[in-house]
Amino acid sequence: MSPQTGPGLPWARLLRAGARRGAGPDGAAPGPPRFADAARDALADTDARRSRAAAAEARRTAAARGRAAEDDWEGLRRRAADVRARSLDDLERLLVAFEKNATAAGARVHWARDAAEAGRVVARILGPGAGAVARSSSATLGELRIDEALRGGGAEVRPAAVADLIAEARGDGGGAPRGHDRARARAALAGALPGASAELPADPGALVGAARDYLREVLLEARASLTGANALVAETGGVAVMESEGNVRLGAAAPRTLVTVAGIDKVVPAWSDLAVLARAWSRSATGAPMPPVLSTWSGAVPGDGPQEVHVVLVDAGRTRALADRTGRQALRCIRCTACMDVCPVYERTGDGPYGAVHTGPIGAALVPQLRGTRAAREASLPFASTLCGACGQVCPVGVDIPAVLLELRARVVDERRAAPVPPPEGVAAQSAEWVMSDERRYRKAQRAWERWARVAARGGRIRRLPGLLGRWTEARDLPAPPRRSFRDWWTGGGSAEGR
Amino acid sequence: MRVGLFVACLTDTVFPETGRAAVRLLRRLGCTVVYPQEQTCCGQAHHTSGYRREASGLAARFAEVFDGCELVVTPSASCAAMVRDHYPALAAREPRIARAPRTLELTEFLVDVLGVTDVGASFPHRVAYHPACQALRSLRTGDRPLRLLREVRGLELVELPGAEDCCGFGGAFAWKNADTSVAMVADKVRRIGGSGAEVVCSDDDACLMQIGGALSRLRGGVRAVHLAEILAETASAPAGRPARTRR
Repeated sequence: MSPQTGPGLPWARLLRAGARRGAGPDGAAPGPPRFADAARDALADTDARRSRAAAAEARRTAAARGRAAEDDWEGLRRRAADVRARSLDDLERLLVAFEKNATAAGARVHWARDAAEAGRVVARILGPGAGAVARSSSATLGELRIDEALRGGGAEVRPAAVADLIAEARGDGGGAPRGHDRARARAALAGALPGASAELPADPGALVGAARDYLREVLLEARASLTGANALVAETGGVAVMESEGNVRLGAAAPRTLVTVAGIDKVVPAWSDLAVLARAWSRSATGAPMPPVLSTWSGAVPGDGPQEVHVVLVDAGRTRALADRTGRQALRCIRCTACMDVCPVYERTGDGPYGAVHTGPIGAALVPQLRGTRAAREASLPFASTLCGACGQVCPVGVDIPAVLLELRARVVDERRAAPVPPPEGVAAQSAEWVMSDERRYRKAQRAWERWARVAARGGRIRRLPGLLGRWTEARDLPAPPRRSFRDWWTGGGSAEGR
Repeated sequence: MRVGLFVACLTDTVFPETGRAAVRLLRRLGCTVVYPQEQTCCGQAHHTSGYRREASGLAARFAEVFDGCELVVTPSASCAAMVRDHYPALAAREPRIARAPRTLELTEFLVDVLGVTDVGASFPHRVAYHPACQALRSLRTGDRPLRLLREVRGLELVELPGAEDCCGFGGAFAWKNADTSVAMVADKVRRIGGSGAEVVCSDDDACLMQIGGALSRLRGGVRAVHLAEILAETASAPAGRPARTRR
């Protein structure tokens, strides 16, 4: 054994073999980049990191103040968790009730199995020559890529939210920027507002004024309006949307046709349940006791507002997630963003590396369940966390996100075990367990490490480790091995020392 | 009082001084320390990496090795959290794990069982405390470490902004997501530097490997030491030997 070849243990050689950067955990075919690879680029954008950190800090503080202002936050949290857990347990009955009551109220309810079917359903509702369609901000609409489906059919989809205008102008399609990256957002918004461009001052007040004028025009001119939903209320067939700008309020009132696309997980039994969720959501999102704007509707009212009201209920992986006892709790999410605001990983990487509309800790817990973990990117998401636990502590509906991530990690590992050629990491983990299962083997491995590390160390530290282990020493040292391990000290007299 | 001592594999191999300090401290406080020599690893690394089957094997082994002990103490917050928070779920499929004795992190044992906050230590330095995430959010050790540190002679506790933010270690995360892990520890190290601390301490050697490793690479000028080492130091300690530097 020599320092050039590294420790001579079999698992160390395997670690080395697995160190080829870019290959999937099982040498999977190239696809969208894994979280770690995409994060590398995201981390290099120092301006975005700085503004994300500042925005997260501001939102954390506001939410913490809101929770403190609540008389019994833990009680509210338990009630909100209970509402979501009960709803998911009783999903089938609630969905049937929702369909019945929404239909009775004058809405038309449609069902879609996946994103493609949802796109087709919405396109059929709007019909050929749909013209201008105002699209409100919604994670579900983004997740299902409804825009693309409609544009393919010739509709003119126009974003009807400031954040989405900015996202579209920047060409990053996916999630809306969440308060961060303000300077670039301002520039993008100025560019996104037709007829505003050059004369528009960079002053936020003037920009918001111009955006408001523009969005009003979009919403008033549109023949149809597309929204998501924060909740579907089974007892009356109602739809509820919480927002801060009020675009959905106008979007749900002005156009002739109103189409709401929602995941089947969004249904709750009663309006009293929605009240609990609205309060928990608001405390966690902005700290305020209630959402700035809460719009509700159920069906068409002749002569007033939209004359055609549709609700499209979409599965898109939800039933798959529901099947897992631990994983299903991720579907409780009410999109308050509290977990993202406290996540040290998300704060540094932003949305991009998650490769999905659902990002941050809940995205890492939910997306692999909705899409499956066959692709390298989805399989990497459960590992994009230090399991520090900050997310689980703030979740207003009691999702134990670290527990879900652990469950998904075990699932990914077990899937990889079944591969015809066992991945190097798996072999290493099994060998490590074999070593650790016997004190003599453990001691032998420890001594081998000590011998190697003593040769590799310079000035009391190790600056370069071989293979996969080398990712540690890209930016961190490791101390040179001690003169003797704790157990050697113990057997060498430490057991009696000082007695 | 007779206590079983669990010394994490990382502590045993890389930071043995932590284990030795824990032994000195516990003996000074009148405890009889039992160290079952067959012990190796609690299975945490496997468990957090998704290797549940392997973790269960090691957890069952832990339960057997410590079978004769009524109470186990460890200077590793994350190992204590593994035993207390994750063994019960693993025990559902491997009943042998359920026999693992009650396991406490060192500061919990000192404050809750021995009922001491002044352990007679002396450590005349400016010290910042970084709580391990598992101490903070799994074990909920709260202000126990700080109460112990405040009683140390000559020790000046400095405020560490963002102390409760994760250092970025996260087990396999430090390798699988090395860039993000380093970005996190970079912020941690920047704040430690700004705090005026001469020494940064924690209740888990894994955090200290991460923070100390970055400080060492940057020649940061701040030592990373385990809380146990500080609490073990006394004015008359062996020739005033300084706590081991994690260079």
